[in-house]
Amino acid sequence: MIALLLVLGLLWPALGIAAENFPPPEFSWNYQFPQTPVPGPRPPLLAWIDMAVLAAMLVMAAWAVYRTRSRSHLFVLAAFGVAYFGFWRKGCVCAVGSIQNVALSFTDPTYGVSLAVAVFFLLPLLGALFYGRIFCAAACPLGALQDVVLLRPLRVPKWLDSSLSLLPWIYLGGAVLFAVMGSDFIICRYDPFILFYRLGGTPLMLAIGTAVVLLAVFVGRPYCRYACPYGALLGLCGRVSWRRVKLTYGECINCHLCANACPFGAISPPTAEPGSVSRREGRRRLGLLIALFPLLLAAGGFLGRFSSPLLAKVDPTVRLADLVFLQEKGLVQEPTLATEAFARQGRPAQELYQQAAAIHRKYELGGTLMGVWLGLIFGARMIRLSIRRHRAEYDIDQAACVTCGRCFDVCPVERQRRGTLTSE
Amino acid sequence: MENTPKVITRREFIAQFCRGAGLLVAGTTIGSLVGRTDASGMVWQLDPDKCTQCGNCATACVLNPSAVKVVHEHSRCGYCELCFGYYLDQRPDNQEAAENVRCPTDAIKRLYVEEPYYQYTIDEAKCIGCGLCVKGCQAFGNGSLILQARHDRCLNCNQCSIAVQCPAQAWRRVPASEPYLLRSPRKAQEGAEPTDMTPATGGAQA
Repeated sequence: MIALLLVLGLLWPALGIAAENFPPPEFSWNYQFPQTPVPGPRPPLLAWIDMAVLAAMLVMAAWAVYRTRSRSHLFVLAAFGVAYFGFWRKGCVCAVGSIQNVALSFTDPTYGVSLAVAVFFLLPLLGALFYGRIFCAAACPLGALQDVVLLRPLRVPKWLDSSLSLLPWIYLGGAVLFAVMGSDFIICRYDPFILFYRLGGTPLMLAIGTAVVLLAVFVGRPYCRYACPYGALLGLCGRVSWRRVKLTYGECINCHLCANACPFGAISPPTAEPGSVSRREGRRRLGLLIALFPLLLAAGGFLGRFSSPLLAKVDPTVRLADLVFLQEKGLVQEPTLATEAFARQGRPAQELYQQAAAIHRKYELGGTLMGVWLGLIFGARMIRLSIRRHRAEYDIDQAACVTCGRCFDVCPVERQRRGTLTSE
Repeated sequence: MENTPKVITRREFIAQFCRGAGLLVAGTTIGSLVGRTDASGMVWQLDPDKCTQCGNCATACVLNPSAVKVVHEHSRCGYCELCFGYYLDQRPDNQEAAENVRCPTDAIKRLYVEEPYYQYTIDEAKCIGCGLCVKGCQAFGNGSLILQARHDRCLNCNQCSIAVQCPAQAWRRVPASEPYLLRSPRKAQEGAEPTDMTPATGGAQA
């Protein structure tokens, strides 16, 4: 009897779950069904408060960077950012992850970006267009966490720093690709800090998170510099920002203290006298790179197209189709939870294969574009590296500077101007 | 000096140009986002028609205990005396003793209504979302017990960590204005006359 019931139980989902095995009760009195409680999501007012807090923090950060020029003010803001956006709001949704929501909304018509997400995406970028990466210094809970654990900053060699700083752009391309495909939000999935705010996570993320935080003790903001896709966008905006962070409003005495103080390698020393490098040689190299640029794009596109089946494996439907196929062919005997769930749904495997094939076709285009994007990144970086720029004094790289304010406090000219220089 | 026009270096000009372009891009993004913005946004929810009660909801959530709880759609319930969600399948002599109860946390309250009907309600504070009762009810009963993310608890992570681990791909984003995927229309529960009460059939909001 029980076996029969079990068989029936397994069959029912295939027959449509609406099976009602027992008739509705016939009460002899006016019995009222208990209400099924359906508590709603966060009230919109709280989202408005989040947006207001973000806007206020950006304004205060701009004030601290350009008016009071105070590292301690920025530190207080960052601590508040960690407390509010990190521990109170559990780090979601953050500006970094919002890239994916915005990207998905452009391809999935059923997906609506909430106003808060749109504001979290745009406000820091607008802030960077006007004042540089003030968001990174003050309001980003991921950045602030790395900043406070930075105790023994080591200098990352220029060549390594320059190569690794391409990673955020690659990560950005991948995150947008998988988001527009509706496959995954990889930035959120592999966010190394969120488990500290939520006080919980998978063992893998615990390992990654601990490793990144330990690294951040010695390397200044490793995630921001070598992973954060939003930081890449902010850097792009910061490069052309209206106000530029200045080391000092006085006259630079080329003392190198600021460059020593910057743990992020964002301060470049003056260049050698112009003319030390052959101008003609430089021009020839630049011309060659520009000529090679389209070739690089094409090669990237070809490689991307070639590797699209691999990229498509990120999609859960494709992975399921692969599993079901292997099982159907008898190559894998053990059913997994996923294949069992699929079998219970009673859909024909062909339908699943067709879905997976459609996703594969989308990834062919997506992979090509991703490859072109990689070519673009490498090409642009090589062209930029081959352009030499003359600097007469210490200067801040506005794309790399997270406006933490460490350099303000060590610059002797600045300290004299502010009257905090004491004879030692 | 006053008469000389302000000199703009090439670098400044390029920066200004890029800034303008950036603002333009931002403006376009704002413009296109306005059309796509749903003030309340999307939340994660579990489709009970796809759910296989694998138990991941209890363990994969970033919250402990999970934000997923059992929801009882009373209008679909058969009010069985021996509920398959409440009792284990195999128990000696149909005993109603506590050791035969399925729920590991005693989160289901069984209340006598009248012969032979019993009402089952969920104590959400105790429920851990393991779905054992749901499995029993789906397999042998009316399927009135379902798992749902409770939005008073759910943090609405941008990438739900349960969705990532769901073998049935039962999790999806739904509009925050309609945050639950219940099987029966909600109005059917609002105390209709018991005599003309017809349980909603196939009311899945697919």
